[in-house]
Amino acid sequence: MVNANTGSFELEDVSVAYGNEIAVAGVSMTVPPQAVTALIGPSGCGKSTLLRCLNRMNDEIGGVTVGGTIRLDGDDIYAKRVDSVELRIRVGQVFQKPNPFPMSVYDNIAYGPRTHGVRNRAELDAIVEHSLTRAALWGEAKSFLKKHAFELSGGQQQRLCIARALATEPEVLLMDEPASALDPISTQQIEDTIAELKDSVTIVIVTHNMQQAARISDRTAFMLRETMEAPAALIEVGDTRTMFTNPSDPRTEAYITGRFG
Amino acid sequence: MSIGSLIDSRDRSGRAAIRRTAEAVASGLIHASGWAAILILAAIASFLLLNASRALGEVGLLTMLTGDSWYPTSDNEQFGFVPMMAGTAWVTIVALLTAVPLGVASAVYISEFATGRVKEISKSIIEFMAAIPSVVYGLLGIALLVPAVKDILGLDTGLTAFTAGVVVGIMVLPTIVSISEDALHAVPDALRQGSAALGNTRWQTVLKVVLPAASSGIFAATMLGMGRAIGETMVVLMLAGNAGIIPGDPFVSVRTMPGTIAAEMGEVVRGGLHYSILFATGLVLFAVTFAINLAADLVLERQRKRWGR
Ligand SMILES: Nc1ncnc2c1ncn2[C@@H]1O[C@H](COP(=O)(O)OP(=O)(O)O)[C@@H](O)[C@H]1O
Ligand SMILES: [Mg+2]
Repeated sequence: MVNANTGSFELEDVSVAYGNEIAVAGVSMTVPPQAVTALIGPSGCGKSTLLRCLNRMNDEIGGVTVGGTIRLDGDDIYAKRVDSVELRIRVGQVFQKPNPFPMSVYDNIAYGPRTHGVRNRAELDAIVEHSLTRAALWGEAKSFLKKHAFELSGGQQQRLCIARALATEPEVLLMDEPASALDPISTQQIEDTIAELKDSVTIVIVTHNMQQAARISDRTAFMLRETMEAPAALIEVGDTRTMFTNPSDPRTEAYITGRFG
Repeated sequence: MSIGSLIDSRDRSGRAAIRRTAEAVASGLIHASGWAAILILAAIASFLLLNASRALGEVGLLTMLTGDSWYPTSDNEQFGFVPMMAGTAWVTIVALLTAVPLGVASAVYISEFATGRVKEISKSIIEFMAAIPSVVYGLLGIALLVPAVKDILGLDTGLTAFTAGVVVGIMVLPTIVSISEDALHAVPDALRQGSAALGNTRWQTVLKVVLPAASSGIFAATMLGMGRAIGETMVVLMLAGNAGIIPGDPFVSVRTMPGTIAAEMGEVVRGGLHYSILFATGLVLFAVTFAINLAADLVLERQRKRWGR
């Protein structure tokens, strides 16, 4: 099942504060459906913070306030009646370090669907196979579905986490530096997986690796925190190729040519 | 390199030498105390064995462990441990049925839900509970629980294995809470986030990911609580009724192994058979609690390796 033309975000003047400290301010941008949007910028510039706004994972951290408006397919996700738990079924997340649950490969993937009421064994089997296939892990994993997830290699664990996130059929997949803990071959496999997935799911990926952003994304947003006193801001957002060949802001150019960050 | 920094670095290497010596001394002391602990343990075991040797020789371990009556002072003396082993078992079972659900629930609350002041206060209360002398628990049991058990359950006496077990359970609660809480705390936050990101509530996450991930630590907590419950003396002496029958359920008066030793040791002839028998009882207790604690430690060690903490 493909969620045709769904999974687009509109951000309007989004700001995030940890306690009294404003970390990110004034971000307005759109995330187009069924495409890869990359968030780039030096470390500490609020990429993860902004990403966590999109599935309200900031709610899990105490003392975080999010300002502005974020709409998913037109609906304000911070509206009172929106249940963050339901939002996260539509917007999945893959973390920086693989974090499989201490259970079998199969149970890891069945975890989300089971939460949301799928009990039928055949149905779960189908979801597990489909999700693993989409995460390009089925070929390897079909022989060790019953194995404990901790026995997999780091790269396999991360693709397992991708499969786990896909198992609830999200419209959007958020990825926070998903390959930064992995070796080059595993990184390549993750990038290939992303390229396959973007036809069926919107992807927002944080990366501090500009080559990676250039390789895999359709759209790039560059964030920067210019001084430690000021909050981070969105400097420029646009088509990836244009951004890397002809950036409109001198700070973007400085960053992508490696002059800071 | 300037002269100033040369002096500085020489000074630093002098300090480093002192630090190395201090470290060597400290690690020597730690090793020595480790060996001392093992020696003390071995000394206790041999001392018990020595004093129990007459009982082991004249009556025999198997006869004691399988004998079903305890008449240590009659003309036809009987030294069967079964009544008091069964009494200890009932008290321990009731204690664990009380302490494990309550303790794990408290640990989950403290580790997963409480924050700030509430968390600190809850932890302090649990620590304070551990500091209350067992005789005070015994008094509270006599004043509150004994009459309640007698009236509510309609028994002849409120001094039962059940009564003692509930109070022992409350006493071992701090052990269960603090070790379970450590186990929950050791579960990486990344797993909680992973579960939340899949659309699970806090409760679902706790039940489906955090508790299973902490299960070996919770098991170890249960074992340690069990070790303490088996060895608890004062509360059972005050509350269990000390009847020498073999109990079929916990709602009767029972005697326990530690209670028997404490109650009878004052009246035996030093070096006599009864005296030796009580040491044999102590030896069995020592062996059982030692084995339980060892098992708990092995489980905890495995858990530490798993999460790399
Ligand atoms: N949980 C948090 N509590 C307080 N401050 C935080 C927290 N997470 C991030 N920050 C702060 O927000 C800013 C942006 O951090 P982050 O979003 O992690 O940046 P990036 O992902 O781009 O490296 C940093 O200054 C960081 O110190
Ligand atoms: Mg980050």
